[in-house]
Amino acid sequence: MDADTLIISLEHVHKEFEDGFVAVDDFHLGIKRGEFVTLLGPSGCGKTTTLRMIAGFSLPSSGKILLNGEDITNLPPYKRPVNTVFQHYALFPNLDVYENVAFGLKNKRIPYEGKDWRGRPKTKYKRLSPEVIDEKVAKALKIVDLEDMEDRDVASLSGGQQQRVAIARAIVNEPQVLLLDEPLSALDRKMRKDMQLELKEMHRKLGITFIYVTHDQEEALSMSDTIVVMKDGAIMQVGSPEKIYNEPVNAYVADFIGESNIYNATMVGDKKVRFLGGVFPCVDDFPLNEKVDVVVRPEDVLIFEPGKGIIDAKVSSKVFKGEMYQYVLLVGKAEVLCRSTESYEIGEKVSISVLAKNIQVMHKELTENEYMNAWLDGKGNVIIGEEEEISFPADYTALLKGSHIDEDGYLVDAKTNKKYDLKDADIRLTIPLDKVELEDDLSKGECRGVIISSVWVGDHYQYMVRTEGEEDFVADTPYAWNIGDEVAIHVAKENLHLSLRKELSTYAVEE
Amino acid sequence: MVRRVRTLEEKKTLAVRVGANFYIYLLLFLMYVPVLALVIFSFTGSVNFGTWSGFSFELYATLFQDEEIMRALGNTVILALLSSFCSVVLGTLGAVGVHEWKRRSKAVAESLTQIPVVTPEIVLALSLVIMFVFLGNYVYAGFGLSFWTLLIGHICLSLPFVYLSVKPKLLQMDPALYEAALDLGSTPRKALYQVTLPAILPGILSGFLLALTLSLDDFIVTSFTRGSGLLSGAQMIETISTLVQARIKKGPLPPQMRALTTLIFLFVLLVVIVVTILMTKKRKKSHHHIDRRNA
Amino acid sequence: MQWKNSKASRFFSLKRKYLAFPYILFLVLFILIPTLLIIFYAFSDENGNPSAEAMIEFFSTPSKISVLVVSLFMGLQTTLICLLLGYPAAYFLADKKINKNAVLVVLFIMPMWINFVIRTGATRDLLSAIGLDGGTHPWEATLIGMVQNYLPFTILPLYTTMLKLDRAQMEAAADLGCSPFKVFIKNVLPQSLPGIISASEMVFMPVMSSYVISDTLSEGKITLFGNSIYLNFSNSQWNAGSFMALIFLVLIGLSMLVTRRFEKDPVASRGGGIW
Repeated sequence: MDADTLIISLEHVHKEFEDGFVAVDDFHLGIKRGEFVTLLGPSGCGKTTTLRMIAGFSLPSSGKILLNGEDITNLPPYKRPVNTVFQHYALFPNLDVYENVAFGLKNKRIPYEGKDWRGRPKTKYKRLSPEVIDEKVAKALKIVDLEDMEDRDVASLSGGQQQRVAIARAIVNEPQVLLLDEPLSALDRKMRKDMQLELKEMHRKLGITFIYVTHDQEEALSMSDTIVVMKDGAIMQVGSPEKIYNEPVNAYVADFIGESNIYNATMVGDKKVRFLGGVFPCVDDFPLNEKVDVVVRPEDVLIFEPGKGIIDAKVSSKVFKGEMYQYVLLVGKAEVLCRSTESYEIGEKVSISVLAKNIQVMHKELTENEYMNAWLDGKGNVIIGEEEEISFPADYTALLKGSHIDEDGYLVDAKTNKKYDLKDADIRLTIPLDKVELEDDLSKGECRGVIISSVWVGDHYQYMVRTEGEEDFVADTPYAWNIGDEVAIHVAKENLHLSLRKELSTYAVEE
Repeated sequence: MVRRVRTLEEKKTLAVRVGANFYIYLLLFLMYVPVLALVIFSFTGSVNFGTWSGFSFELYATLFQDEEIMRALGNTVILALLSSFCSVVLGTLGAVGVHEWKRRSKAVAESLTQIPVVTPEIVLALSLVIMFVFLGNYVYAGFGLSFWTLLIGHICLSLPFVYLSVKPKLLQMDPALYEAALDLGSTPRKALYQVTLPAILPGILSGFLLALTLSLDDFIVTSFTRGSGLLSGAQMIETISTLVQARIKKGPLPPQMRALTTLIFLFVLLVVIVVTILMTKKRKKSHHHIDRRNA
Repeated sequence: MQWKNSKASRFFSLKRKYLAFPYILFLVLFILIPTLLIIFYAFSDENGNPSAEAMIEFFSTPSKISVLVVSLFMGLQTTLICLLLGYPAAYFLADKKINKNAVLVVLFIMPMWINFVIRTGATRDLLSAIGLDGGTHPWEATLIGMVQNYLPFTILPLYTTMLKLDRAQMEAAADLGCSPFKVFIKNVLPQSLPGIISASEMVFMPVMSSYVISDTLSEGKITLFGNSIYLNFSNSQWNAGSFMALIFLVLIGLSMLVTRRFEKDPVASRGGGIW
């Protein structure tokens, strides 16, 4: 990016609070002049902290903030040509609308060439004249549609009007950058929609840079030129709304930026990806056997009569949404969210397919084996998949601290004595890579599979083992096997990390 | 049938209301007996409190001619205004500053503030005198009780209450207001005047009133910490409290005090009425402002 | 534009905290150090040497012990009478159905703005006129004076608590068949407990330490803590005075511990939760 077009750049900005909490971690971003940039993320992701550092209310622990190429990292807020619209407006309650808007102008000093007492030229500063202030205030209030409100008490204004005063108060100073900290969060839904359009229009008219902070993905998508998706103080993805929506770089972004189906998947051939038990053609090229995430937007799932699509499914729920129906389909135990104008009945068997271009295949950072399709059989085992070929003895009591299993096989809470029947409970099962043990003796493990890939990563091998039911295990081990070897897979009880996918209370036994 | 039950209930609530109001006014009357008696008997020249010797303004005339009382009154007012002013400045700055402190040091400051609040006045006064005596004995021999020690005593009396009435206003203040002022080009010092001061002004005012009340009414701290000075010149400073106390120890309440009490009572009544009217007006105030640019 | 990145500007947000320094300095100099001096003087002799003389004298002099007992009784009696008189008054004042006049509350606290020494003198003269003079009825006269002076201090905290009473809760209790007495015991009393506690705090200790009221109304016949300390001050008996003051501080500490425990009591905190 050309440095001249950048108005603000944040260089390796890092913010650590005194309690050690890292709010912003190595934040690196350039913002172009006139751009509408949105920092998007859940609460606690560091977006507001970033904004506060640009405004000058908070200083970075390390890193630099540049404005027009000049370092403003430690410049106090009152010297920055930047203005803020605060989340709860922060209007001065003792001043009326006019005085609130004129506040910044009255603080302003204009340099001019004057003479000192000896008659030598000297830069002096003068206030803006009352006429100039009047004119500017009137203009700013006109922009926000509050022309006749100058003398009103701010407390007597509605939320929407207060919001407009807050915007007028900021833009009247003609800042180079306008910072907006969740400005619409306190408004009701209808008002929010209207203000979104107006803000966009204002941005177009004023031609200045807007930096907008929100947790509302819809707001971000409808207004921004560029969206910065944040998580835990770090940038996940930067891009246009279309790019972020259609090509999320990872499952987090995809999940945050709207409703989507996200699945664990494996590349099974050239531009062929397998998920939900079916093989789909796709457009992204990844190495064979690579573990990936796929994202399918609900509107991209195509529903056919049984047998005509790629995989079969069953209608599990149906909600009428006006212009179309929203369905949840079940493929085995996995859910598929989709939309259609056609009406299907609950329980009806259908078949689904997705166009190759609508399957977004994403790099998966492999840190552990994850099985979303695991469940408990109620007899002390955790089962992966439908076929019941993979079954590990598991410790159910790990699901609830201080619990035990009674003679009926129920989980009993020691404190409340409540009983839970965990038979058929859906489980998210994770196993660390180095805790998957491979054995030559096929009788030694809980299941068996064939090694389909082998990589040497520095000090150990990483194998992918595929079972007959096509579940994959990735194992980190120093021992050598060959591709095609059949091995037994063993995981010790304590290395099976179980977590319930529904609330524990749904399994409570009525007595 | 239904109607009769309702009237019975109405009668019952009416009886409760009448009874309750009777109780309130009776209690009020009992509380006001000394004050009312003072007011009534201020309009008679009789030296004996309780005997009426015809209507006259004699006591008011002698009140203003009595130099000792006038001096004491002057001392009392000067001391109250001065000590309240110092308390307001110190206490407001203290509250604003401590508000920015970290949790632990804030807790220390708060407990320091609580000491004079929970300590009885007489212990406070004694501890101050002991320190002044200690200073005179061991640090600087010329040090003795004076107007300044009296002023310090009165500031000690009211300072924590100023702090405690400003603090809640700071807590109620939106911290974003201060940031908004900085954002709009105010320096931190300017923001203090433009934003913080208006927000805490009601607290400062009620703190000032409280300080005045405490100082005007005080006897213990005054009699412990006073030296010579003010209008009393080379003599021990007398305030209304110390003067009246010395007199009533020897005999009946000086008759001029009836006139003085009446004047104070009327003044307080006037203030209460004005404040009440202002409050109701403010509540009813519509949002019609005068255009300040035409003004 | 030239922007300075001086170290000073980095600390722009920290400057405000220094504003508190004069305040803290004043408190340390004129509150903390004097209080510590009291402790020092309580355990030393006239020459400043460590000594238990004042302590021994206090506990071995029956008249001094009796000051403690008399003060406690006077404090308790005044507090009790003030609560009994003030509680219903505060309740009625806060009830919109009974009292619609906010000025009435101001009338109750207005005597506070009239010099209390003058009021005390007037009360004494009036009481003597009806035969309740300090010479014959020192205890009664003092009690009347105390109640009259401290009643506003009782009514004010009670009134503010009563304003916050959840009257819907009381109506619900009455609706469920509670008798008015039961509603009072089970609902009103627990709800107003914080007010009762702070009203007691406003009366009990100040009564024990008061000087003018007891000295004037009992004509010097009743010696409370305050009178005793005043006497020590008049005679420059700093050590004995300090020890009495210290006893007082210990009493305050104890009473604060008790009220703290009360506030932790679930019934009390339920009342406090309304705040």
